[in-house]
Amino acid sequence: MLSARVIPCLDVKDGRVVKGINFVDLIDAGDPVEQAKLYDAEGADELTFLDITASSDNRDTLLDVVSGTAEHCFMPLTVGGGVRKEADIIALLRAGADKVSINTEAVRRPEFVKEAAEKFGSQCIVVAIDAKRNGSGKLQVFTHGGRESTGLDAIRWAEQMVEYGAGELLVTSMDRDGTRKGFDIELISRISNRVSVPVIASGGVGGLEHFAQGVLDGGATGVLAASVFHFGEFSIAEVKKDMASRGVKVRS
Amino acid sequence: MNLVIIDYGSGNLRSASKALERVKSSRSTVCVTKDPDVVASADYLILPGVGAFPDCKKGITVLPGMIDAIAENVVSKGRPFLGICVGMQLMSAVGHEYETTNGFGWLPGEVIKIETELKLPHMGWNELTIKSLGHPLFKNVDQGAFFYFVHSFHMQLKEEKFVLATTDYGEPIAAVVGKDNMIGTQFHPEKSQKMGLLMLENFLNWRP
Repeated sequence: MLSARVIPCLDVKDGRVVKGINFVDLIDAGDPVEQAKLYDAEGADELTFLDITASSDNRDTLLDVVSGTAEHCFMPLTVGGGVRKEADIIALLRAGADKVSINTEAVRRPEFVKEAAEKFGSQCIVVAIDAKRNGSGKLQVFTHGGRESTGLDAIRWAEQMVEYGAGELLVTSMDRDGTRKGFDIELISRISNRVSVPVIASGGVGGLEHFAQGVLDGGATGVLAASVFHFGEFSIAEVKKDMASRGVKVRS
Repeated sequence: MNLVIIDYGSGNLRSASKALERVKSSRSTVCVTKDPDVVASADYLILPGVGAFPDCKKGITVLPGMIDAIAENVVSKGRPFLGICVGMQLMSAVGHEYETTNGFGWLPGEVIKIETELKLPHMGWNELTIKSLGHPLFKNVDQGAFFYFVHSFHMQLKEEKFVLATTDYGEPIAAVVGKDNMIGTQFHPEKSQKMGLLMLENFLNWRP
């Protein structure tokens, strides 16, 4: 039986790991390759790097991080942040990424997702959706780390991205991110019920029980978190043990 | 030993070569090549594959002499061959992803879409049910060990004896197939951490 994936995310800026609370006030902490090795040894099921370097000048530092990680970690690696053109995808895959995640560019030019899926295969195209409730409670898509509203309905957008060839959706609640209140289960379950591809829940983990909720209540097949792992609050093993105790199949 | 990975513009060859570098003996070399002569003379041949069946097949066909070089090495010389993911699927007679495309025809069967209510692609870590327990590939590999899968199509073989291990995803999925000197894994050993590396090591120690 397929196991639920526990995915630590490393937010990388200028080649260093950072993790923000609600995407601002970044706290520097560490070398991404060392962190990746640690997660690998702990039994993480996948790794995700999210590059939050603002300028494209420092793009090469990310590629170094990816290739350094691929050198040591024989596990699936997803890289997102600033993926805007075919050449970005080629460079990341060559460096050792297995999947790339596309966010802002998908909103700006949805055909990019279609083209990328046709060229590289759906299995390596993840669309990242940052969703947030607007004033009237509607779930909408945001870009630029949650700063810019697109006016797009998050559920409809998820369906469209799957039609365009996304092989997986990484769904982050911008309302919950950094709050430690748990995943936005309504957001995750509404999307996972509507699409045929795997959904990864992200944003808001604060307690061990939240991971299992993402799978059992949200219908996610993977659960992603950054801070709780990064600051050593929970180990991957603790998370998996808790998930298993609640009836979620995990890889031991 | 010359370990040769066929480079036909598909996916992530770096992972496969890094993983082989990790497990190979010091006397062996890993070579990633587009050169049919190098392929024909390989001691161990590895065909990774990411993407769609027709694209992968086309990627190989457009390299002059490559199809013949693979057949010479694997079929005539009988050197150990490992196909990974779509590289494994290409061992079949025919694939039905997007369009009908002929494979190498080494194994009687076809590659069809997984029929399930579950999410597709079948993506993540799934358990192996080893059927051919005595096969050297499974040395020290536990029954029920987890491997990393990413695929929506699977190989359906006419003869069960070529299915060496399965995994369950709504229905039994051929996870490892093999015949004589040929092995194919639907999962990615190069992405399956310790167990994957162990299987690659077993492959390199295999003397069919």
